[in-house]
Amino acid sequence: MTARGLVAGWEQPATPPLDLALRTGEIVGLTGPNGVGKSTLLAAFAGRARVFAGQLEKRPNLQIALRTQDVPPVAGLPLSGRDLLALTGAGPVGLPAWLADRLDERLDRLSGGQRHYLTLWAVLQAPAELVLLDEPTNNLDAAGVRHLTAHLHERAGEGAGIIVVSHDAAFVAAACDRVVVLESADER
Amino acid sequence: MNAELFLAPFLTGLGLAILLPLLGCYLRLRDEWLAALAYSHVAAAGALLALVGGLPPALGGIAAAGLAGAGKRLFARRLSGGASYALLLLGGWAVAVLLAANQPMAERLGHALFDGQLYFAGDAALWQVALGVPLALLLLRAMSRHLLLAHTYPDFFRIRGLRSWPTQTGFDLLAALVLALATMSLGVMGAFALVFVPTWLAFRRAARWRAGLLGALGIGVLAYVVAFGLALWLDQPFGPVLAGLLVLVGLLVA
Repeated sequence: MTARGLVAGWEQPATPPLDLALRTGEIVGLTGPNGVGKSTLLAAFAGRARVFAGQLEKRPNLQIALRTQDVPPVAGLPLSGRDLLALTGAGPVGLPAWLADRLDERLDRLSGGQRHYLTLWAVLQAPAELVLLDEPTNNLDAAGVRHLTAHLHERAGEGAGIIVVSHDAAFVAAACDRVVVLESADER
Repeated sequence: MNAELFLAPFLTGLGLAILLPLLGCYLRLRDEWLAALAYSHVAAAGALLALVGGLPPALGGIAAAGLAGAGKRLFARRLSGGASYALLLLGGWAVAVLLAANQPMAERLGHALFDGQLYFAGDAALWQVALGVPLALLLLRAMSRHLLLAHTYPDFFRIRGLRSWPTQTGFDLLAALVLALATMSLGVMGAFALVFVPTWLAFRRAARWRAGLLGALGIGVLAYVVAFGLALWLDQPFGPVLAGLLVLVGLLVA
């Protein structure tokens, strides 16, 4: 996927121009201050937000998986972790032990961190060539962040290109091959 | 007691007691359980309008609910937050009560629709259920994965290029038609009770989606069979007996 001078938004332009080329097997981090448009750019990569200027080229029939910051609404529903993985086509192999043992439990009876990691895993492991993750370390403890960091490298090694939006500088430094820092109009 | 006399009503209700709890699971998934009441009231109003106009009531009920289900999306932006179901419920109730108050023919049918007089169901109702229930079950099964995915990961669903109309308008239409069919035999509240209570109880305990479906199905069918016998034995209208039984079970089990 290649972006040249890409400016995206919903009703109006909301991001600084971005130049980015993502190769197969590469992990790129997008960072920057709150409100600079990181999530909007991710939505534009997924074809959800509008492109106002520049170019966005994607391989034809590129299979994309997107994990936004929205938490799947599972409260009160009899949905287990195994149900969730089956929905996106994700497999359980590689899950940390503290989650693998709880796959048959209801999602709304897991802790917030466990539920977050499982709902993230369902997208991360879904069949896809481009994986887009928005703030994946939210609600994760140190063990979760360590496992995610290691697993992102495995996923990229399997042939997926990954773009991660995060404000967690330590995570981005450890997980990403390359980091793109977005600057707000005031900083430019 | 002539068992043959009650065979058609029993089988008609049994088919609906299998389908309605399963439909209720998907309505509850989408947080749209109020739709059951709304479509039932619209179906009742449509049936009474058809009767007054000299048309078959069942046709009027199914057509009115079908139009409401298919047309709801046209007003989705203006009627967010479940307002569409509240307005459909109120509109259907107003039309039905006014027709019943001003037309003697409509008054009798109106009582039957709101009381739930399953024992008057004849061969025509049984045929509608015999054809409609298996078809609706097949459609629900086909839609199930997309309904779940669209609820849990709406963005993932969209970017995968999955068509949204079968899961949005298609499901609305299916729910409306099923509830219209059920209202004609079980009555407004009987149909609502079978949509709401079994699902509510099953979802509290089930650990997996499939277990939730099976639990709702089991509770719905069991409650229906007991209520059918109880209403016959006590010589009472079916709808209130079914609703009362489900409320009692709900309070004891919940």
